[in-house]
Amino acid sequence: MSQADTESVDEGGVIESVSGPVVTATDLDARMNDVVYVGEEGLMGEVIEIEGNLTTIQVYEETSGVGPGEPVTNTGEPLSVDLGPGLLDTIYDGVQRPLDELEEKMQSAFLDRGVDAPGIDLERTWAFTPIVEVGDTVESGDIIGEVPETESITHKVMVPPDIDGGEITSIEAGEFTVEETVAELDTGETISMHQEWPVRSARPANEKQTPTEPLVSGQRVQDGLFPIAKGGTAAIPGPFGSGKTVTQHQLAKWSDADIVVYVGCGERGNEMTEVIEDFPELEDPKTGKPLMSRTCLIANTSNMPVAARESCIYTGITIAEYFRDMGYDVALMADSTSRWAEAMREISSRLEEMPGEEGYPAYLAAALSEFYERAGKFNLINGGEGSISVIGAVSPPGGDFSEPVTQNTLRIVKTFWALDADLAERRHFPSINWNESYSLYRQQLDPWFRDTVAEDYPEVRQWAVDVLDEEDELQEIVQLVGKDALPEDQQLTLEVARYLREAWLQQNAFHDVDTYCEPQKTYRMLQAIRTFNDEAFSALDAGVPVDEIQEADAAPRLNRMGTAEAWDEFIDDLESDLESQLRDLY
Amino acid sequence: MKEYQTITEISGPLVFAEVDEPVGYDEIVEIETPDGRTLRGQVLESSDGLVSIQVFEGTGGIDRNASVRFLGETMKMPVTEDLLGRVMDGSGNPIDGGPDIVPDERRDIVGAAINPYSREYPEEFIQTGVSSIDGMNTLVRGQKLPIFSGSGLPHNDLALQIARQATVPEEDDVDESDEDDEEGSEFAVIFGAMGITQEEANEFMADFERTGALERSVVFMNLADDPAVERTVTPRLALTTAEYLAFDKGYHVLVILTDITNYCEALREIGAAREEVPGRRGYPGYMYTDLAQLYERAGRIEGREGSVTQIPILTMPSDDITHPIPDLTGYITEGQIIVDRSLNSQGIEPPINVLPSLSRLMDDGIGEGLTREDHADVSDQLYAAYAEGEDLRDLVNIVGREALTERDNKFLDFADRFENEFVQQGYDTNRAIEETLDVGWDLLSMLPKEELNRIDEDLIAEHYREETPEAATAD
Ligand SMILES: Nc1ncnc2c1ncn2[C@@H]1O[C@H](COP(=O)(O)OP(=O)(O)OP(=O)(O)O)[C@@H](O)[C@H]1O
Ligand SMILES: [Mg+2]
Repeated sequence: MSQADTESVDEGGVIESVSGPVVTATDLDARMNDVVYVGEEGLMGEVIEIEGNLTTIQVYEETSGVGPGEPVTNTGEPLSVDLGPGLLDTIYDGVQRPLDELEEKMQSAFLDRGVDAPGIDLERTWAFTPIVEVGDTVESGDIIGEVPETESITHKVMVPPDIDGGEITSIEAGEFTVEETVAELDTGETISMHQEWPVRSARPANEKQTPTEPLVSGQRVQDGLFPIAKGGTAAIPGPFGSGKTVTQHQLAKWSDADIVVYVGCGERGNEMTEVIEDFPELEDPKTGKPLMSRTCLIANTSNMPVAARESCIYTGITIAEYFRDMGYDVALMADSTSRWAEAMREISSRLEEMPGEEGYPAYLAAALSEFYERAGKFNLINGGEGSISVIGAVSPPGGDFSEPVTQNTLRIVKTFWALDADLAERRHFPSINWNESYSLYRQQLDPWFRDTVAEDYPEVRQWAVDVLDEEDELQEIVQLVGKDALPEDQQLTLEVARYLREAWLQQNAFHDVDTYCEPQKTYRMLQAIRTFNDEAFSALDAGVPVDEIQEADAAPRLNRMGTAEAWDEFIDDLESDLESQLRDLY
Repeated sequence: MKEYQTITEISGPLVFAEVDEPVGYDEIVEIETPDGRTLRGQVLESSDGLVSIQVFEGTGGIDRNASVRFLGETMKMPVTEDLLGRVMDGSGNPIDGGPDIVPDERRDIVGAAINPYSREYPEEFIQTGVSSIDGMNTLVRGQKLPIFSGSGLPHNDLALQIARQATVPEEDDVDESDEDDEEGSEFAVIFGAMGITQEEANEFMADFERTGALERSVVFMNLADDPAVERTVTPRLALTTAEYLAFDKGYHVLVILTDITNYCEALREIGAAREEVPGRRGYPGYMYTDLAQLYERAGRIEGREGSVTQIPILTMPSDDITHPIPDLTGYITEGQIIVDRSLNSQGIEPPINVLPSLSRLMDDGIGEGLTREDHADVSDQLYAAYAEGEDLRDLVNIVGREALTERDNKFLDFADRFENEFVQQGYDTNRAIEETLDVGWDLLSMLPKEELNRIDEDLIAEHYREETPEAATAD
């Protein structure tokens, strides 16, 4: 977290009471959201309520053994993040302490307390190249230079939003630490590569645009049926074990964002370890560079302090905004927003606030919409464009979507990927229910799909949707009378729908080839199933019994399209075999 | 150390006392009752002048004249390798008549969180010898995989079978060449009982003694008639011991905690006594966080030899998986094994329903060089085929077998044989993974080749049994 300059420290506070992560102190001169250090060990906390002489603090570390009478000091600064080169290829806790740094400082694999570390390395030097010259006039947000931050990402050094700008009086290329001055202005202001920003306020930007480009996910059910826009919002609710985390990991791996901020909020330690171990080995399909070099991880797992879980979402979105300001398309995954909401609930109940629905604080809806509002495709204050797409997992108790977090989220987000326990149980993955899910971006993204993938992309998709709908209706009848009792054309429709589900909608995240499916392949696979459909119905019309049509041995090969490496060729061959085999029947 | 006789209120498991010096949150308290007993408790809330104390052994016998001592430290567990073979009560006091425990160290029982950066991803296959686990819900070293059961179901038999049979096959060969009598890849077992009956406890102890497992076990017993609040401490003692043995002494530790439901009831009782705003069905709002602080104490650590694998057992109230206890558990653990009432009444042993069961760490722990090349595909296909057969059972009740296609009838037969041959094996049969997969292929070979769309074509060519497998059934 930000190593705020500690000039304005106030040392007067004394602990009055301790209850878990909530501590009260008297005689502390503080403002709301100021960062304070609590107790003899100097545990980090944040002011969340002030009432007369009594200040309430949420503490970001365990408070066992801390007692009344111990001191509290105020830094006078709000909870902020350090921004600058060094954010990528890093893993932080919920208050932006680098976890590798903590391991080293604590000399232990277990998280001790009272240890702080700056969010970015203050000693490391970076190669700075100016892109403006002495005499140029710059304004807030303008890019003045570049730093190669990782293999794949060029970091843009900007005039911080809280500096008005002016004429450059000095700027030079060279190796600098993040705190050294890289440029001076005629106003006397100096600019370094380091910015600080309070996490609870959005970084400034101009108006939002209507997004028209998809965040391509490489997942068929998403790109094919329920696309999200770059700058869009999506929610993935589902009961435990239904595939929220795998879906989020898939997006973090394969989506065509420039930058990925992955927030593990109150979930499992091993899931973060998996990312740390896998991502350096995996290639970004866009750049061919290791995925980790475009990724920033924030891990505040379920057993880490609950107050830092509350803040990790804000830490993540602020870092995302910083890269957006450079003109990048950023994708932020939050797994799980329910744990964040529960952290709010836990703190709120310790404060004995009046509870709202199911014990959540009354401001739950406001907090959720404030968070998702920070997503969007923005016109930047420097005249550029950048976007943040936000994808939040939701973990409803008992898998029941009528609970407050799911409901309040659905009121805001425009893409809804509903995970289904039934599908997960039969190992239909991703278990995104195609009847319940929706994307409100479909229409605005269609032109992109027409231009980039295929002119008739929306029509082919609509065909698939119709077949799946029809299957849904027919299944109700089948449940009563059995499949054999259906007329032959309906039996055939069921067969086509089965291929749509098994060959197209299902996608194995753990298969080397199947894990990523480019939009072109998604489209071609769908077309192949449609070819089967058209040929099969022609055969049926020509009097071929449905049993014989089902015997055609090319058809089951549809199920192998996803895992086929040379898919283009495979699908071409398959389509011509389907044609010839089915036409041979009459 | 100052002593107070300042108790102002006693309510359920809580005692409130006035103090004139600061007392730390979570600190340990000793309360001496007028009849000379010493009870232990913990500070739940500490404010200037007043503390609330949760008493582990229950507040029976405490009155306003009882004296209260604050020990100035949080609760500790004395740890040493000599704990192996010992039996203790739910507060960690030996009850086996053995010698005093001379600790190497005293460790805070709350336990610090493992830094996610320091973890090593668990991926070493544990062979439990149970087909429905090894084949389809594979357990790996460092995983937390609970058993979700119901009252009266044989979850204990299953847990004991796993504890007896669990080995890590590859390491067998490596270790045995080093040292002959070494346990090899056997696990040290930590058993933490919370509120189980004496009878159940005896069942576990008898099995440990019969198989000689006790020597490499540490047992913590909080029984049904022991104080409920103590149940919040017992698993933490067990896990502190486990972490010490694993990460300091290099043991592979298997922790069995039973019954988590009783643990959660104790949390609810404390919450109610503190007049907290209750969450779902009266359980505290922080129960997710509290359970995570137990379950997340499983895993592997980069550069350390040992591992902590957890098998918590919980009985789902009214077999309801959406009840907060299994629900919150499922959201934290890395899968679940479901013991099913109807399979149990069919006489299937162990009655594991694989469909709602899951092991999330399976994918990295299996395959070529780990188990067998065809493992993932076989497992996927077994799932898909069994799910399809299961679905058809509802339909067949309505329309009868004749109304079904030949294809459907094959899937129905498959589902029956899957339960009777793959899942059914008895509590004493220890199947090697190859055997499990071969049984899988026997069953899959009932289905036409083209239906095996989850399996790689080369693997089908290698393993699919061409002749009708009817003959294979006759035994
Ligand atoms: N696309 C997929 N391909 C293959 N397997 C999948 C896929 N999605 C999910 N799974 C399987 O489902 C399991 C559970 O998924 P996941 O861990 O993402 O669930 P979750 O919804 O995040 O659960 P929780 O809420 O408990 O965190 C995975 O371990 C994996 O076995
Ligand atoms: Mg998850």
